[in-house]
Amino acid sequence: MAKDKILSFERALELYEPVLGFEVHIELGTKTKMFSSAPNEFGSEPNTNITPVDLGLPGTLPVVNEQAVRYSISLGLALGCEIAETSSFARKNYFYPDMTKNYQITQSDQPIAYDGSVEVELADGTIFHVPIERAHMEEDAGKLTHVGGSAGRIQGASASLVDYNRAGVPLVEIVTRPIFGAEHNAPELAKAYVAVVREIAISLGISEARMERGNLRCDANVSLRPRGQEKLGTRTETKNVNSLRSVERAVRYEIQRQAAILEAGGTITQETRHWHEDTGTTSAGRPKSDADDYRYFPEPDLLPVVPGRELIEQLRSELPEAPAARNRRLKGEWGFTDLEFQDVVNGGLLAEISSTVAAGATAQAARKWWTGEIARIANTQGVDAASLISPENVAATAKLVEAGTLTDKLARQVIEGVIAGEGSPQEVVDARGLAVVSDDGALIAAIDEALAAQPDILEKLREGKVQAAGAVIGAVMKAMKGQADAARVRELLLERAAQA
Amino acid sequence: MSEITPELVTHLASLSRIDLSPDEIASLTTELGQIVDSIAKVSEVATADVPATSHPIPLTNALRADVVGETLTQEQVLQNAPEQQDGKFVVTAILGEEQ
Amino acid sequence: MSDLIRLSAAELAAKLSAGEVSAVEATQAHLDRIAAVDGDVHAFLHVSDSALETARGIDERRAAGEQLHELAGVPLAVKDVLVTTDMPSTSGSKILEGYMSPFDATVVERARAAGLIAIGKTNMDEFAMGSSTEHSAYGPTHNPWDLSRIPGGSGGGSAAAVAAFEAPLALGSDTGGSIRQPAHVTGTVGVKPTYGGVSRYGSIALASSLDQIGPVTRTVLDAALLHDVIGGHDARDSTSIPESWVSMAAAAREGQSGEVLKGLRVGVVKQFSGEGFQAGVEQRFAETLTLLQGAGAEIVEIDAPHFEYAVAAYYLILPAEASSNLARYDSVRFGLRVHPQGGGTVEDVMAATREAGFGPEVKRRIILGTYALSSGYYDAYYGSAQKVRTLIQRDFNAAFDQVDVIASPSAPTTAFKIGERVNDPLSMYLNDITTIPANLAGVPGISIPMGLAPEDGLPTGLQLMAPVRADDRLYRVAAAIEARLEEGWGHTLISQAPALGGK
Ligand SMILES: [Mg+2]
Ligand SMILES: [Zn+2]
Repeated sequence: MAKDKILSFERALELYEPVLGFEVHIELGTKTKMFSSAPNEFGSEPNTNITPVDLGLPGTLPVVNEQAVRYSISLGLALGCEIAETSSFARKNYFYPDMTKNYQITQSDQPIAYDGSVEVELADGTIFHVPIERAHMEEDAGKLTHVGGSAGRIQGASASLVDYNRAGVPLVEIVTRPIFGAEHNAPELAKAYVAVVREIAISLGISEARMERGNLRCDANVSLRPRGQEKLGTRTETKNVNSLRSVERAVRYEIQRQAAILEAGGTITQETRHWHEDTGTTSAGRPKSDADDYRYFPEPDLLPVVPGRELIEQLRSELPEAPAARNRRLKGEWGFTDLEFQDVVNGGLLAEISSTVAAGATAQAARKWWTGEIARIANTQGVDAASLISPENVAATAKLVEAGTLTDKLARQVIEGVIAGEGSPQEVVDARGLAVVSDDGALIAAIDEALAAQPDILEKLREGKVQAAGAVIGAVMKAMKGQADAARVRELLLERAAQA
Repeated sequence: MSEITPELVTHLASLSRIDLSPDEIASLTTELGQIVDSIAKVSEVATADVPATSHPIPLTNALRADVVGETLTQEQVLQNAPEQQDGKFVVTAILGEEQ
Repeated sequence: MSDLIRLSAAELAAKLSAGEVSAVEATQAHLDRIAAVDGDVHAFLHVSDSALETARGIDERRAAGEQLHELAGVPLAVKDVLVTTDMPSTSGSKILEGYMSPFDATVVERARAAGLIAIGKTNMDEFAMGSSTEHSAYGPTHNPWDLSRIPGGSGGGSAAAVAAFEAPLALGSDTGGSIRQPAHVTGTVGVKPTYGGVSRYGSIALASSLDQIGPVTRTVLDAALLHDVIGGHDARDSTSIPESWVSMAAAAREGQSGEVLKGLRVGVVKQFSGEGFQAGVEQRFAETLTLLQGAGAEIVEIDAPHFEYAVAAYYLILPAEASSNLARYDSVRFGLRVHPQGGGTVEDVMAATREAGFGPEVKRRIILGTYALSSGYYDAYYGSAQKVRTLIQRDFNAAFDQVDVIASPSAPTTAFKIGERVNDPLSMYLNDITTIPANLAGVPGISIPMGLAPEDGLPTGLQLMAPVRADDRLYRVAAAIEARLEEGWGHTLISQAPALGGK
């Protein structure tokens, strides 16, 4: 694959105005699937979360999950949308082996929610209103694994294996209108928008919204138009963008790539592009063509959903605070400085910190771990921090520090162990033997040993040369492999000197 | 005269994933031409003021409580599979893209 | 011929519950009949090898004093469009050869729960696309009245099985007349219930917004009894009507007195006569109307100006929905898989499989339906057809403001010869002109025998239609007319069918 030419971001923005658009798919955390009573569960044995409906067996019919409708309405309301008086389903027809019926049940003319707006705050304090065109309900497809090719890629694979456990999982697809005016902030806005949508979903309790698991997936549309031109440029749709940082990088890359083509007098092909995390680039997918004739028509097997004013108002009254308002409140409650809070927002870590605090950690400890050690590891691994560790485990670690069981240094090792899959913080502490040694006997023994090696020190201490303690404390800490509380060692050493 | 051409039939066959033979394309072009001519008259009375009916009985809100029901065993799921491996269905290589 | 097979289901049921006949005897008699005549008729694609065992179970339960359903122990033939766990379900297609469903269709489940004995799966046009059963991938079914003729379609197997005394009861599916037109040409009774009155769960979909499952029998009462067993709300079918229904059997029994005909307003559709209608069919229809008048009914001519667009709308909506419903037959999860020469991608395998696995009529309709839905044509074709549907519903509503039921011949002609129209899809499609409007509007329809056409001695059927949800009215009126006609003939029509298999 030939490497794309790219233009510098600055130059690209000088010449062209970027116009963005997003399609975000959120898997709803219902107990059952969108149209069947099969469990909606991640990580089961292949092809076991399946009823005849999910397999599209002859004679089967779909029935709408009431909870999925309620979740979709709540999400629509949280996105500032109107809720349709009458919402209906349609079939989107295309053949693909991950789709059991070879049509997807989705919504076309009458989505459950439409005409919304989401407030997104950028690092510099700018507030952006992202216009939402619609949010509609649909079903997820199964999962393909490609075998025989290199690295599981489609190209070169000789066969594919299909697991339909995910087929039929409820999705809401949120579609924005074209987003103008982001300019230099376009990549940041992309990331911030997805982060806000993710926070909304989590705060509503309708989805775990874990991007690394595909609970939340983003397709980013990017087009450029020359400065001063009214007509929109041709857009590309970048798929497979599975982390917040990738959203940002993918948008930046597409702006630079498209700008290079346009500047050289070329034209943009309307196509899907695939994001490659490893190289930080996109590659051409299928061009849009007249083969993309999805032949939508009203789903005859399903009736329209008419939610009723009462239900909508009830769900509206149960909505959690809007993210922007909540942010202002949390910042106060947590007592973060502007800088600290912005760090959290930029890291897309609000939900994590909230949950960590809810799980019993102090706000400062939660912030310190998430924006510190965890963010550092996430950066090295090129993933989102949220995908690495659960808020419960972070809180548990923080509590161990507070209780004096761990020092900060030991706690970093615990975090690392949890991320490495070694179990809960307590399990890592136990397995690695990381707890602070609080047994005075063991410490006194180590002190005596150190004193035996440096007999002159006791003398110096008695003479009041307190700084001499450092050498012994260092030796004890070393002997204890760092798992001792230095203050306590010092206390014990001075007691010892007084006794002798 | 009808707009059904062999090219159109070929395109429709590819949309519907049927590998029609050249003979079939030829005969379908003729037959569909006749059929389409005879059914095109629906548009004579389908004026803008007439609403479309997709469901013969106008019902709404057939909703299911979010309660897990009986599932098939993996064996049942795969019982009619033309080819299977490791609890999954096997298909030959995919050249197209995921949607 | 054993007397048992000549009995109506109601009569057989009475003997079963009186202990005069066992379910095993009843089942064996029908299996024997199938063995004797089905080589000629070919109504069945599969005959159950567990029917006798099931019958034995019914007998044991009855002997143990268990209170069983009225129809317990009566054999039932099941159209192959309905999935069954104990027999293959192919919908008449090669692409589903040998397919075993892990679940029973709701109607089959309900029939089994009532103690009916599923004795076999009946032949049909592939995926129910046809009016003659000639489009079955497994060879045609022959009309018991004349083996060189078609038994109607798509449910020719169920109608022929009942007409040939291979089963007293059968299940059919009616998308554009597939229960009523076979009833017409085989001298039997067939009912298309109100859309949503009987669950479609487990019925291999042809056109979801048109398909209805219904009874195929030799008497109106039998149809009503079976309707009561299979009907009613099913949470697995979202389009199933949630309200409860009155007993159809009670309505049929009530109707037998003929009382209902007094003052009954019977609508006759102006558009259902003349060109395309066989003289003998029109003659029997006119005689039946005279008989109705004699019984105190009032005949009202009604105008249904949009019925002439019904066939066109139907041949857009049906193929469109079918093209989508049949997309799942792609070789991945079940059914046939054909590898193209020299290998190929999964797309190639799908296309080769569908080319080899579908018959010509199925391909024709899939391509037509794909066309009707494709961008640029949707509004002109599919969209317009859905509007015609509204206009036809309005015609029905206007008609039912004036009349209680609408009557017509169930089909324009008697059974035609096998092979006569198979290469002329257009003329085949026109055979459904009388039955299609009911499917488009969702209203119920019934076909009952109304005599033999003088010119060819073949059966003709009377179709009655009633407003949505008024299925009981159909049974009441049809039972009354059936009784009057048989009184006039001095016998049932089916008793005049020729003997088969030299027995
Ligand atoms: Mg999309
Ligand atoms: Zn989608």
